[in-house]
Amino acid sequence: MHFAGFVAQLLNGFQYGLLLFLIASGLTLIFGVLGVINLAHGSLFMIGAYAAFVVVKATGSLWLGLPVAMLGGLLLGAVLERVLFRYFYAREHLDQVLLTFALILIFEEARALFIGNDFHAVPVPAILDFSIPITAGFSYSAYRFLVIAVCLALAGGLFWWIERTRMGAIVRAAAEKPEIVNILGIDAARVHLAVFAVGTALATVAGALAAPLTSVYPNMGDGLLIISFVVVVIGGLGSVTGAFWSALLIGLIDTLGKAYGPSFQGTALGNAVAALAAMAVYVLMVAVLLWRPTGLFGQRP
Amino acid sequence: MSKNKGRALSRRELLVGAGAASAAAMTIPTGWAIAKAAPLKVGLMLPYSGTYAKLGENITSAVELLIAEKGGKLGGRAVEIVKLDDESKPDKAQENAQRLTKRDNVDVLIGTVHSGVQMGIHKVVRETGTLTIIPNAGANAVTRALCAKNVFRTSFSNWQPAHGMGLALGKRGVKKAAWITWDYAAGAEAGVGFKEGLEKHGGQVVKNLTLKFPETNFQPLLAQIADLGVEYVGSFFAGGGAVQFVKEYKAAGIKVPLCGSGFLTEGVLAAQGAAAEGIETALHYGDGIDNPKNIAFRKAFKDKFAREADVYAVQGYDAAQLLAIGLEAVKGEIDNEANLYKAMRAAKIDSPRGAVSMSPSQEVVHNIYLRRAEKGQNKVIGIAAENLADPGTGCKLG
Amino acid sequence: MSAPHRMLPTDWRGALGLLAGVVVLAALPYFVASFYVGLITTAMIGAMLALSLHLLVGATGLVSLGHGAFYGLAAYMVYLVSPEGAAQPIWITLPVAMLSAGLAALVVGALSLRARGFFFLMVTLAFGQMIFFVFHDTKLGGGTDGAYLAKPLLSVAGLTFDPTSLPRSKRSWPAYYVALGQLVVTYLLLALLLRSLFGRVLEGIRVNEHRMLALGFATYRYKLAAFVIAGTLAGAAGHMWALHSGFVNPEIVGWHKSAEALLYILLGGLGSLAGPVVGALAFTALGEVAQQFTESKLLVEGLIVLAAVLVLREGLTGLFRRTSRMEDFGEGDDARADETERSNG
Repeated sequence: MHFAGFVAQLLNGFQYGLLLFLIASGLTLIFGVLGVINLAHGSLFMIGAYAAFVVVKATGSLWLGLPVAMLGGLLLGAVLERVLFRYFYAREHLDQVLLTFALILIFEEARALFIGNDFHAVPVPAILDFSIPITAGFSYSAYRFLVIAVCLALAGGLFWWIERTRMGAIVRAAAEKPEIVNILGIDAARVHLAVFAVGTALATVAGALAAPLTSVYPNMGDGLLIISFVVVVIGGLGSVTGAFWSALLIGLIDTLGKAYGPSFQGTALGNAVAALAAMAVYVLMVAVLLWRPTGLFGQRP
Repeated sequence: MSKNKGRALSRRELLVGAGAASAAAMTIPTGWAIAKAAPLKVGLMLPYSGTYAKLGENITSAVELLIAEKGGKLGGRAVEIVKLDDESKPDKAQENAQRLTKRDNVDVLIGTVHSGVQMGIHKVVRETGTLTIIPNAGANAVTRALCAKNVFRTSFSNWQPAHGMGLALGKRGVKKAAWITWDYAAGAEAGVGFKEGLEKHGGQVVKNLTLKFPETNFQPLLAQIADLGVEYVGSFFAGGGAVQFVKEYKAAGIKVPLCGSGFLTEGVLAAQGAAAEGIETALHYGDGIDNPKNIAFRKAFKDKFAREADVYAVQGYDAAQLLAIGLEAVKGEIDNEANLYKAMRAAKIDSPRGAVSMSPSQEVVHNIYLRRAEKGQNKVIGIAAENLADPGTGCKLG
Repeated sequence: MSAPHRMLPTDWRGALGLLAGVVVLAALPYFVASFYVGLITTAMIGAMLALSLHLLVGATGLVSLGHGAFYGLAAYMVYLVSPEGAAQPIWITLPVAMLSAGLAALVVGALSLRARGFFFLMVTLAFGQMIFFVFHDTKLGGGTDGAYLAKPLLSVAGLTFDPTSLPRSKRSWPAYYVALGQLVVTYLLLALLLRSLFGRVLEGIRVNEHRMLALGFATYRYKLAAFVIAGTLAGAAGHMWALHSGFVNPEIVGWHKSAEALLYILLGGLGSLAGPVVGALAFTALGEVAQQFTESKLLVEGLIVLAAVLVLREGLTGLFRRTSRMEDFGEGDDARADETERSNG
């Protein structure tokens, strides 16, 4: 194992973790404050990526695509909340699971109908279209540093909103004790609307940011959904701080597990280690829940 | 628009047909006399939704093109097409195959794209004996240990293209290469092909790098390549994963040249853009094959459907061509199985990809071309393996 | 949907309805083409899986997203003991399948029942995915393409029934009747279970676990027992899938299978044991109709689910219950007459 290679892997894990954080933070807010399990969160990621693709194709500028994905996400989230989700806050988990499962199917079919089933590249902005050498034979795309920067900026903004604003204080309180909003006579509907819209926008922005890295293609959000849920559970429901640390943890463990796990293969014990490394994130989640059943930063018993 | 109208129409026909067919199935056994009068039913079981929808559409269009070129008749019989979306769902594959073979009583089944679904279809048609032509799915097993006398493939086995790539590198004197792919059946089968090709000329694969299908966190694998000391990296990826992989490989600034089974740059080259420039791949088709058949096919396809043909369209076109050859030999009497299969096994198909034939295990025998990605095209720069036949290991046909 | 009697038809009307359903299903193969015999077999297998999950979701209030894994695991066990070319009798394959599913459920349940609510959902999902990866990423079960198995031999006391001795059009019948028999047995078993003290305790846990704890019930043990029974029954359903299809693929282990079972339960109605069965059969029928009329089958499926969640709060069986309740108030006939009129017009 070379040290420089190891540093590169750490960087990979860091960037992957930050992207996971954007998706998972919306998920954890929506669950923590609104009590809704949103399986369609991966589809929101997909929608953001396709929005970026459409804008970049029309205007050639990702700098326009990112804000469009963000505002579009806020709007989409607001509409979904008003039309559908607010009727589901008091419903059972099962109903929410099925509602959002239905939304996945509908979003995918709508995507097929309006944009088609092709793969599309989203070009990296020209000024960032170069790589920065990390080791002798491995460079890091400059665009990935932009992804890191934007993720950090959004994370900062999110923490500011949660920690420093009045509405953030309510959101924090609501995540710990949902009843509190009603008791205090706060306009609960507004808080709910804001949380859902912000959560949705975080997912769509993540999609738009990832689009130049991954390209856009059908069902692209599927793989991210389950891993984001793992992040949420390990971090603790409703805890944005928890989601942040747990996303970084998962990003690193997944990356290092993939990079170094297979090298154990050969002996029976080694194969077992390699297999565990491949599903390291699930093993971690089960371990965390057995140790702390409400996640690392979870408050509620 | 017109395509949709056409489909809606065929659905209505299908409804009527299904009712009549199930009534017929209960009372009268299908005999030659009846079969000859009735149109020949060709079932297309392909993905029309989800990740592989585009492939399903192109295969369908190509089949329709050939039937139109033959005046709507194969072996003198009118043809009725029944389409079914297999959704690329392996757990629904048998049910869907039975929907076509048992409910709609199709005479021929053309399908499919996804290998797991193919396994389900294969299980069904081995029992029903329905003539089946595979227009894409590459699972080695269906023309090896599980081969069946009623199943033909006009596309490829996963082993073939990668084997061509391995051979080409070996001939060039490459001694050490790495192989990178998803950890799933198609990737592993292609990997064996690549390794065997390279070993034929004394080279070896020193490292297999894999990640779970269909994950795309490639960075941990890419970061290891520089330290391996290999001359080439071979790979098998397809679709969205291939786009992302090629772009990340380029962005990682790895000096070792990337090559692979042709699906790495097939149908996704535009999406890969400059990152794919110069990548060598091996496949049974490519851009710049200037035989008259290919030129005519591409023009006809574009005229009829207003889009470019691709390798999937070629595979579908050849599936229909193979069927046409068989049916012409038996004058449309599809129940004359012995002669039908004999003619299909001996078929010499004038394919857009060049002349192709069938191996004893009923797998297509074709040239594997060496291509280089140049300005959005997979330019053919030579032949990696001439008339390459799958070994057909374990098949007892012929 | 809390009173225990709702789970069971206590009156003669419900019992008669069940009997009528069984008779109709038993007679169906004589009236439909052989493809539909196979299709309904698949639907009945889905119904069995949903029934087994209902013991957790409907009776105990535990929503699991890992239930499909026990079903898939059992089917894979049939493959492992009875690969293609080496068929084993059903009295070997069925116990092996059920035992392994039950054992897996014991381990998974013992760990995941420490979590509650949403966390329980996520832990079961994680365990389910781990079992999925075992078959998806290793050569154990033929990898991603899946593998063929020898369908278990239908043998009793040394006599083996060979389906290939039947004419081609009737070869799907034996699996159909085995599935119907197993469905009836599963249903009756669960009906008895829910009526027993054990069932009442589960009911109590669903309504208020703390109260049950205060009353001195070791609720964890009851929940674990329910989890293991449900897993074992899911294993029996998975065995039936192997017997019916002879093909295993990682897809049958994944979380989509669990979601499908949940969907059947919800569509049929959470409050009734007949719900999962009605849901599975109805969803299959709706899918079949949609498939003939539209290209966007998934869109239709999505809309059906959406409609079920939004409109059918108590599922399809809830509709029937509503009419029968109205009858109790003496309005039933009028209401039904209205409905017939509307559907005629």
